[in-house]
Amino acid sequence: MAMVAALTLDDISVTFASGWEHSSRTNGYNAVKNTTLQIADGEFVSVVGPTGCGKSTLLNIAAGLLRQSLGEVKIFGEPLNGINTKAGYMFQAESLMPWRSALDNVIVGLEFRGVEKLDAIRQGEAWLERVGLAGFGARYPHQLSGGMRKRVALAQMLILNPKIMLMDEPFSALDIQTRQLMENELLQLWEADKKSVLFITHDLEEAISLSDRVIVLSAGPATQPIGEFVIDLPRPRDVAEIRMTPRFLELHEQIWSAMKEEVLKGYQQTKNKLVG
Amino acid sequence: MKKTPLWFWQIALLITLFAFWHLFTAPGLLPTFYFENDDKAAFFFGEPLRIFKVIWIWFLEGEIYPHLWVTMIETVLAFGIGTLLGLAVGLWLGLSPLASQIADPYIKAANAMPRVILAPIFMVWFGLGIWSKVALGVTLVFFIVFFNVYQGVKEVSPVVLNNVRMLGASQSQLLRHVYLPSATSWVFSSLHTSVGMAFVGAVVGEYLGSAKGIGYLIHQAEGTFDINTVFAGILVLTVFALLLDYVVTFAENRLLKWRPGQSETI
Repeated sequence: MAMVAALTLDDISVTFASGWEHSSRTNGYNAVKNTTLQIADGEFVSVVGPTGCGKSTLLNIAAGLLRQSLGEVKIFGEPLNGINTKAGYMFQAESLMPWRSALDNVIVGLEFRGVEKLDAIRQGEAWLERVGLAGFGARYPHQLSGGMRKRVALAQMLILNPKIMLMDEPFSALDIQTRQLMENELLQLWEADKKSVLFITHDLEEAISLSDRVIVLSAGPATQPIGEFVIDLPRPRDVAEIRMTPRFLELHEQIWSAMKEEVLKGYQQTKNKLVG
Repeated sequence: MKKTPLWFWQIALLITLFAFWHLFTAPGLLPTFYFENDDKAAFFFGEPLRIFKVIWIWFLEGEIYPHLWVTMIETVLAFGIGTLLGLAVGLWLGLSPLASQIADPYIKAANAMPRVILAPIFMVWFGLGIWSKVALGVTLVFFIVFFNVYQGVKEVSPVVLNNVRMLGASQSQLLRHVYLPSATSWVFSSLHTSVGMAFVGAVVGEYLGSAKGIGYLIHQAEGTFDINTVFAGILVLTVFALLLDYVVTFAENRLLKWRPGQSETI
């Protein structure tokens, strides 16, 4: 590849110090093992895998919130030390500050950077409008619906114009209609200004309909990528409609057959954990 | 039929209580059935009408105002200083695991100790003026606020924390924009208790030795077996505490409007 990759995970291993039920007495829990992964500038990559396979661990490594035990993380060719300042992160759980209004939540990153208040408010209002929340700026998070809170979180991340977007099952708590709406809006925002996206999900359909490339992870412990699939569906896409096309179904079947064994393995492990 | 409002029953209950009190204590109203003599009930339990008269004269002639003022100043100072100290120490220990582990047995010991016994020491240190009462109130308020802030810092959502870090917050910005607001909300949840404790500290301190304040008035009256004035002081204190509680509720509603209320509709 001639161009420098936006995000490179080079032979990453993550071992957690004990305190986990899996840990053998001495070695700790090996969550991720020898994982190599690259995302090109402007590429949308999804990572799918069974529950508890260490998807979020990989994302936290890329964000710099967690330090890998072995291997190297590179951001546009530069080794990552500390927090990844080129990346925005969208969390699965509620991440807004409940004591700040929607607008104040959106502009908090600008505030940290010392942007002048009036300017920040102007930008914040523009972003609220772009995510369909014009006029909701004064509401507090508890006064917004789950989907609206996700939009605020999206605006909060995008206002800083990150080069890389890290997304950890951001829409998994939403109902299916809201979810497809949000997915379409995400695609529109992404297509307007192509950023590199690392999207974590356990939902294969979501992964295929959004991405350029889908990476399948093995069941934990010692998670590794076991398959990679290029999604050659045409863009722009409508996530609801594209699910009906024959090519989508074909890809779905291919990836699912690679995933099935791992999902069953993961399920078996969870079951054993509960029984044992 | 229109439903009778709640306050009607509340006031009716109050009047009934005072009526009973009056009926059983006023000399000559009922035949004696417990005490051998008519005046004894009034001596032990006071008479509402005389109590009201004492209060009436206090406010009419203005004798009460300097005492009320002193008690209020003591309460406010004890509350303010205790809250600031509790907030600072709570934040510090909450954010520094080593310091909190070292301090842990001492905090527990200091909290377990009945703090009223410190009052004589404070009187030696700070004299009979307001500061010995403020100090007593501070020791009471401090621990309530401290434990709440400590808990608040421990329970900041890790997701919110990580999110703010990803948005580029420095350590001091984390403190100012995440830990402090989160801790403040816990301070407010303990506001009723800590204001009450500041008040207790002030009155108990006055009662044990002072030259001004409602506690002092009560103590003086007790010295001359003037039970009506004692009860008058208690009534004034109760009403004062009630007003204080209303002020706190008002402040709480203004400052914590981001908190989810019970099914609010717009």
